[in-house]
Amino acid sequence: MSRTHPLKSLMLLTPTPTSAVAGFALVVLIVLAVFAPWISPYPYDVQNLSIANQAPSALHWFGTDDFGRDVLSRVIFGARTSLSVSLVSIALSLSGGVVIGALCGYLGGWVDRLGMSVVDITWFFPEILLALLIVAILGPGSQSTIIAIAIAYLAQFTRLTRTQIITLKRQTYVEASLSMGAGPLHIMMRRLLPNAIAPVLVVAMLSTGNAILLEATLGFFGMGAQPPVPSWGGMMSTGSAQLFNAPWVILWPGIFVALSVVFINLFGDGVLRALDVKARMRTQ
Amino acid sequence: MLGYAIRRLLALVPVFFVVSGVVFLVVHLVPGDPVDNLIRAGSSPEQRAEIVARYGLDRSLIEQYVTWLGRLVSGDLGTAIVMRRPVATLIWDNLGYSLSLGGLALVFSAVAGIAAGAVAASYRDRWIDHGLMGFSLLGSTVPTFWLGLLMIMLFAVQLGWVPVSGARHWTSLILPVLTVGLGGTALVARVTRIAMIETAREDFVMLLHAKGVSRWNIQIRHVLRHALIPVVTILSLRIGLIIGGAVTVEYVFARPGLGSLLIRALSQRDYPLVQGCLLFLAMAVMLGTLLGDLLQAAMDPRQRDEAIR
Repeated sequence: MSRTHPLKSLMLLTPTPTSAVAGFALVVLIVLAVFAPWISPYPYDVQNLSIANQAPSALHWFGTDDFGRDVLSRVIFGARTSLSVSLVSIALSLSGGVVIGALCGYLGGWVDRLGMSVVDITWFFPEILLALLIVAILGPGSQSTIIAIAIAYLAQFTRLTRTQIITLKRQTYVEASLSMGAGPLHIMMRRLLPNAIAPVLVVAMLSTGNAILLEATLGFFGMGAQPPVPSWGGMMSTGSAQLFNAPWVILWPGIFVALSVVFINLFGDGVLRALDVKARMRTQ
Repeated sequence: MLGYAIRRLLALVPVFFVVSGVVFLVVHLVPGDPVDNLIRAGSSPEQRAEIVARYGLDRSLIEQYVTWLGRLVSGDLGTAIVMRRPVATLIWDNLGYSLSLGGLALVFSAVAGIAAGAVAASYRDRWIDHGLMGFSLLGSTVPTFWLGLLMIMLFAVQLGWVPVSGARHWTSLILPVLTVGLGGTALVARVTRIAMIETAREDFVMLLHAKGVSRWNIQIRHVLRHALIPVVTILSLRIGLIIGGAVTVEYVFARPGLGSLLIRALSQRDYPLVQGCLLFLAMAVMLGTLLGDLLQAAMDPRQRDEAIR
């Protein structure tokens, strides 16, 4: 068995055409978010009440909202909030889950029982209610949203990592390494984690899509990034009051949420399939 | 089978105590003092102290927890501070709305999802498969509240087929059920499709083909039947989630329900009501999971022995 670094093999995947397109679209979205101030045609917060609630036109491609702000610019700036909040929260959740899961799986015994029963409590609440509860405790805003989403997805990363570590722990190559006098730190960092991490990373990528949805929902309840900073959920929250005379205000952010989640899913599926093929080739 | 069911039920007892403890404590983390909502402006400290004592808020947390648990056993969840009605009554009044929405949505996602998944699996890699799976991917990627708003715009306002919001007439259930159900449909369709494709590879299916049993007979009576086991698991896991998790849809359609009750209780910092709602919803998830495990064990005897360990 040739040992390639799992991260490297993730990068070198030959994607299917669909997942390549999805990956490209994701790059475009990220570029939009990063370079929002240069790409967006107008600033996100300039109000002009004389052009409030205008339908899409050559000047304002996505129309204007009830303060006369350009919806396209706000969608582009909203990508910043929505993508960064989702990415950071999943990164937090992933690191927390991997650390707790790896410790629980490796040490077993009471550490495992305690850690897992604490983490598993989140299983018993619908993620949206859990997130709303946490934001109610911490107060609305981007930071609370990040923490809420991170906690909502913690259990899945912890469980997955734990299962992976428990399975790998019994493999011959780990026993061999142990018998050669390798310490627990070496076993964990060099032997277990590198082999356990790939599926966890794929799940993390797919979860980012769910995190975008959850972030939008929290924003819709007015719990996310606070005005005037635009987020897709927040735009739909204020836009729902204008649903009947300016439907484009909620239409576009929703389309962007849906598109990002579709692209993330398609790209993730491609990676998953490629990993699966690799795994099958290795066992043959 | 009965022994297995009892063991699984008993295993929930410690979980119940952990969850109830967390539910009890978490409420005290919500900033703000519920007493502020109760007293009139300009009340004297004595009047305040009297109210604090009446709700037992002056005692230690452990004391409050034990009292709460003790009352819980007799079905008494306390009295809502702001709404001034028994918590159990408030939950009961809203439960009907949540169950009718959640139940119908579940039935809808089961029927539509299994049908779509079965058709997609039978025409694997043909255009109908790609179409159905593409549609179901879309169904699970649009935000529910957004879908709800769009449906209101199209079916209630433009076409005028159903009421915009509220819960007075049965037609007002149609859009919420579709909105909640669509996300589940996508999931069920995908699980059904994959399970059927995997089952179709098994030897007994080959044998049926060799015996000359007709294709659709095999697909429906044998392949689908075997593939339903994971589908039932997915569906029963959703039971608990759908009861409280429909909060966004309740909000969009201005419907009463347990999710909305919890949100209102949270914003009013109504401790007893928040605790009651959270505990009830957590128990719904627990029982849903248990039901899923039991159904799975009933359908697949191998699970019973494995799960016991």
